[in-house]
Amino acid sequence: MMSPAHYLFLSLAIFLIGCIGVVTRRNVIVILMSIELILNAVNINLVLFSRIFGDVSGQVFALFIIADAAAEAAVGLGIIIAFFRNRETVLADEMDLLKW
Amino acid sequence: MTSPGYFLEHLWLIPLFPLVSAALMLFIGRLLPKSAVSFLCVGSVFLSFVYAAGAVLTLLTFDPEHRVFQQILFEWITPGPIPVAGLLTPFIADWGYLLDPLSCVMVLVVTGVGFLIHVYSIGYMDHEGGYYRFFGYLNLFMFSMLTLVLANNLLLLFVGWEGVGLCSYLLIGFYFLKKSASDAGKKAFIVNRVGDTGFVLGIFYIAITFGTIRFTSQGLSDPVAFAGITQTLAAMLNQGRVAFGAPVFTAIALLLFFGATGKSAQIPLYIWLPDAMEGPTPVSALIHAATMVTAGVYMVARMNAVYQLAPIAMDVVAIVGATTAIFAATMALVQNDIKKVLAYSTISQLGYMFLALGVGAFAASVFHLMTHAFFKALLFLGAGSVIHALSGEQDLRKMGGLWNTVPATSRPFLIATLAISGMPPLAGFFSKDEILGRTFSRVATVDRYLALWLVGLVTAGLTAFYMFRLLFLAFFGLSRLSHEKEQHIHESPKSMTVPLMILAALSIVGGWFALPALWGEESSFEIFLEPVLRGVVPETAAIMFPHHTLLIEYLLMAASVSIAGLGIWLAYTLYLKYPQVQSKLVAIWPGLHNLLIHKYYIDEIYDALFVNRIKDLSTALGLFDGKVIDGLGVDGAGWLTRVFSSISMWWDKWVIDGLVNFVGKFTRFLSHPIRMFQTGVFSSYAVMILVGLVALLLYYGHHMQVLVRSLR
Repeated sequence: MMSPAHYLFLSLAIFLIGCIGVVTRRNVIVILMSIELILNAVNINLVLFSRIFGDVSGQVFALFIIADAAAEAAVGLGIIIAFFRNRETVLADEMDLLKW
Repeated sequence: MTSPGYFLEHLWLIPLFPLVSAALMLFIGRLLPKSAVSFLCVGSVFLSFVYAAGAVLTLLTFDPEHRVFQQILFEWITPGPIPVAGLLTPFIADWGYLLDPLSCVMVLVVTGVGFLIHVYSIGYMDHEGGYYRFFGYLNLFMFSMLTLVLANNLLLLFVGWEGVGLCSYLLIGFYFLKKSASDAGKKAFIVNRVGDTGFVLGIFYIAITFGTIRFTSQGLSDPVAFAGITQTLAAMLNQGRVAFGAPVFTAIALLLFFGATGKSAQIPLYIWLPDAMEGPTPVSALIHAATMVTAGVYMVARMNAVYQLAPIAMDVVAIVGATTAIFAATMALVQNDIKKVLAYSTISQLGYMFLALGVGAFAASVFHLMTHAFFKALLFLGAGSVIHALSGEQDLRKMGGLWNTVPATSRPFLIATLAISGMPPLAGFFSKDEILGRTFSRVATVDRYLALWLVGLVTAGLTAFYMFRLLFLAFFGLSRLSHEKEQHIHESPKSMTVPLMILAALSIVGGWFALPALWGEESSFEIFLEPVLRGVVPETAAIMFPHHTLLIEYLLMAASVSIAGLGIWLAYTLYLKYPQVQSKLVAIWPGLHNLLIHKYYIDEIYDALFVNRIKDLSTALGLFDGKVIDGLGVDGAGWLTRVFSSISMWWDKWVIDGLVNFVGKFTRFLSHPIRMFQTGVFSSYAVMILVGLVALLLYYGHHMQVLVRSLR
């Protein structure tokens, strides 16, 4: 029988993988994918606690996040393509226009 | 004198008619058909003539001593008090008209001859462009001339004086596309300005001497408030403030006379009149023979009160007049342009008038002015008719034999020629004889007038000679016309020949006012003018014309007629009977002939003395302007500005901007450590977010524990 702690650890693991991915990877697409992981980790938490408290609003919230993630991916990929057309790169450490 | 009557009350309308039609012509004349232009312009001058005649006839009904009508329309210039003899005196120039016997003569001559010339112009200008423009200028001239002769003060007279000068300029340069015409216009204008300098100074001098520029206070309600020059002069003499022959009178008279030499083409300013012949012939007749050029004579006659007190100035006038008369007559002897002969003749006759003024025979001068207006207008119009008939030919050498081809022109022309030569009983005989007689009568008291009389007599002979030379060359002998011109000869239209006939009639009867002189009485013309011309001279200094016996009178007449006859006989011999003698004469005196042909080289001398010197002065001033004003002044100011602006630029750049930049740089320096965090690489931002998150988690860790426990 799986306890809530298992879910929480799974969620934590995915979150950490996502965070490490965001921080360490250079490719912006991979960073985007990592962000998706973080979001999904949150989703697991939301669904878990929804189950535990018997309150359906957590699952509704999770659905919203899925939609939001899709939209975010679309916008993010659009930006990346536009950026690639201008600078011929998708590497994050070369995107430094906003520095001092 | 309760009501002066309709025509006198409407005196102001006389100059107004031509002004209105001139304004119409110059503003909308282009839109009007030729017939309307002729009707309006000739009609307005005719109306002026009718009103002038009405006014003069009304004035004639007055008692001779009170034949003065003065009308002040409004106060025109009130410049405030002026210093007169050290005292501030109120000074007013009004816009007013004065009709006295002298202006009666002038206004009738101007409107009458002017009207005839307007009628003549209808025919003469028919084929010319700018018909409305011509008539507009001509009417503007009529307005100015009428203002001149009707003005009741010197300043208004000066307005008319300048107005006729302007119209003269416009009409001489009527064919302005022709270089010589526009040059002649400018010459006339500029030479007149030289004379006007004297005239204006004369007016100023009068204003500060008498405190008024009104001619007379006669005919005005309040003789004290409306002071006149004549009355002020009389008062000053009575009070002994000035004496006969005082230098102030000489100065005023000479300054005014200098103005008159410009307008009336006397030595030294006569040079513009021959060139003025570039204008259309009716203009030469109206402006440069009959009316405008006599303005100087009129003005001197008008100011006779001052002149009679200045014997030196009178002598100058007489000498200049006599010199001009004979000088111009000799130049007329050899001219080949029909209009140039007449131009020099005009100068010569004007010289006669000034001779008369100078010897004190003002009435004789005005008399000659009138008769001269008749016959000289006729001569010019006749010449114009000949030129018209020959399609523009003006050279006497290419005329001849026209006596029967253009009868309606040649007959009046003969009458005018006889009149100007002084043949009795035509007009010129009486007026010229009166001038010569008056000059001669002064010989009795002062010997030196004998020379003036002799000059006048010789000039009479020369006049007869050159006029008959012109007549013979143009109308008699063999035709020297080119074949082509011969084909096109045509008599002028009625509108041109009828004025010729009327003027011919006037040239015959115009002198008959002086008929009483034949039986030893005073000429009725002189009696008419006497109240205006008597002046205010003290009894002892008055100019006396001792009466000759009738015998001397007749001898004088015989002398002038016979010398004129001699001139005619010479012209007949030289130009009709033995034309070959001319060339022999030229061969005997080539130098003299050359001198006359080149008009004594006066134009060249003036060019060398004045025109070129003024051009040199202009060049020098131009250089001064270029080098000093532009170079030092304008460019220097520019250079200085540039220097100042460089200094201020340096200050701005290094001090003002430097301060601003220092503030910026200092801020930048202070912000340096913080700036390091903003790398622009978002991975590093993500790291910072994470670090922040972890820090928060660690800080609030115990709250988490509470949360987790509650879940269990």
